[in-house]
Amino acid sequence: MARAVNSARLLARLLAEPARATELDAAAWNAVICVARAEQLVGTLALRLDHAAVPPVVSEILRDARQDATEQRRAALWEAEMMRRVLAPLNIPLVLLKGTAFVAGGLLAGQGRHIGDLDLLVRRDDLSTVEQALLSAGWDWAKPDAYDDDYYRRWMHELPPLLHRDRDRMIDVHHTILPPTSRPTPDADALIAGAVPLANGLSILAPADMVIHAALHLFADGDLAGGLRNLWDIDRLLREFTDEDGDFWLKLHARAAEHQAVPFVARAVRLAARLFDTPVPPAWRRVRLGDHLYERRLLSRDAWGRETHPATRLAFYVRSHWIRMPPLLLARHLLIKARRRADAARMR
Amino acid sequence: MRHVTSIRVGPIGFRVGSDFAAPIAALRELYADYPTPEIAHFTIRLPATAPWRRLVRPAVRIEGDYMLPETAPLPLAHGLLAAEMAMNLQVALGHRRHLLLHASCVERDGCALLMTGESGSGKSTLATLLGTRGWRFMGDEFVLIDPENGAAHAFPRAISLKNQAIGVIERACPDARFGPLLLGTPKGDIRHLVPPADAIARMDEPAHPALLLFPTFGLAREVRSVGAAEAFVRLTQASTNYTALGERGFRALTRLVDQVPARAIDYPDSEAAIEQVEELWRGL
Repeated sequence: MARAVNSARLLARLLAEPARATELDAAAWNAVICVARAEQLVGTLALRLDHAAVPPVVSEILRDARQDATEQRRAALWEAEMMRRVLAPLNIPLVLLKGTAFVAGGLLAGQGRHIGDLDLLVRRDDLSTVEQALLSAGWDWAKPDAYDDDYYRRWMHELPPLLHRDRDRMIDVHHTILPPTSRPTPDADALIAGAVPLANGLSILAPADMVIHAALHLFADGDLAGGLRNLWDIDRLLREFTDEDGDFWLKLHARAAEHQAVPFVARAVRLAARLFDTPVPPAWRRVRLGDHLYERRLLSRDAWGRETHPATRLAFYVRSHWIRMPPLLLARHLLIKARRRADAARMR
Repeated sequence: MRHVTSIRVGPIGFRVGSDFAAPIAALRELYADYPTPEIAHFTIRLPATAPWRRLVRPAVRIEGDYMLPETAPLPLAHGLLAAEMAMNLQVALGHRRHLLLHASCVERDGCALLMTGESGSGKSTLATLLGTRGWRFMGDEFVLIDPENGAAHAFPRAISLKNQAIGVIERACPDARFGPLLLGTPKGDIRHLVPPADAIARMDEPAHPALLLFPTFGLAREVRSVGAAEAFVRLTQASTNYTALGERGFRALTRLVDQVPARAIDYPDSEAAIEQVEELWRGL
């Protein structure tokens, strides 16, 4: 593979076609490892590549990354179990989301995946019961700040993050999968009603909902930081679910319509196909205006792991606020945050 | 990045890039005798804090594969310290092949003496002095324990001497190669020292841990036996990756404290400490 190729694109190529590892020279390896770490994809890379077919130093790095992923998986499942023991007596639906759900469900997307916080979805009506149960079982507020706390409770789809005081692990308790101020409004009741139970009493989202959540998380919530990893999740989920279910594409489209998520899911599918060769039916493939901008944002890292394309990044940062908040709320939020930054600067 | 070098210290390769020529040139000089790996285990970046800060009050940020958000930038004059901190950070947060102990280490006859303690305990100074008196210097910051067989692997980076230790070592090793004196850094005055030639030439040779030492500087001579349980707890605190290694870390550390005797020594000055070390070593 030529040196001139964008380093993040090289990583994406390698994830999609691991056999091409033999084509990389030393400079390309340095770049790929560095970008993979920056994008939290090094564990995934370690599980994709044949360690016998890479240079010895790379195989050492990948072995470490694989062991790290194994430990993260163990820690994530343990954290879910600790949460389950506290919340199971409440007898309410408890749905795992994102990384922990992938490993708990034994999905391809969980292989080598970096897992940080524990993400849980509960019914809005159960939110305060869950909050009280966690607070009395060793969890504390991670950000004890009145404005942030109030902001989370009024405008966000989750409680302010809670941190366990002994295990130092964070839990995000969601009551839906997007901020209520966002343009699309997914049907949270339907997500919970359709969830798939696991053997231990916890659940994970149904296949189509899981893809929809990943797509909304990537394109309707946030500035696409770390987006390459999220898009990789989507590629893995699509491959696994379409393998198992011949009608998956139809079901996905119908379900996405119920959650007002069709354009976001379609964009996720197109970009996954572009970057990771996800097998996608022709009707989903038609290129849309703007796809190349998203692609540029997802691949904006250089061979030293530095962020590139500052203008594109800024545009997506502005967009992330625009899509999450109505204009007046956004203005108020930015004013308060700016005032606080100024105060903090004065304190220093 | 505009200025680039790469360095291998023991089993770990680094790729270092900077917007500035000076830190890279200083690293090249300090690490002239070390191998230069083609593929690095870790990438380190020492960029200017802002584009105009290449010229006005130049300062470097400490960045790399692994970063801590609270790491403050350093003035360009302290670029070597920035590189040292960035290297430590990569190893401390990213290295998983070995159990890492924050310790200095020297070797004789294939057996390793591990010294660990708070900053100021004198473990760097002692390892440096022993390295000039018949011991092989293996490292002053990290010793790497192989989880498979318990062997200690060397990490003999340039020795980082602080404050009074600088004068002590300058007098003890007048012929050694030193880096520039860095005055008034956040860690005090610092001067780097190139380890003895055999430390670099033999850095890939592991050794069997034979004695664990917890030195304390500034007290009257005293030796105390340290039980396995206490050694274990102290070493979990001295390890940066014990938790991340999970069961492998637990097994490596319990084996170490089960098999290797541990002593705490108090010492008034380095000559006394060296006598105490030799005495303990003879008694093994």
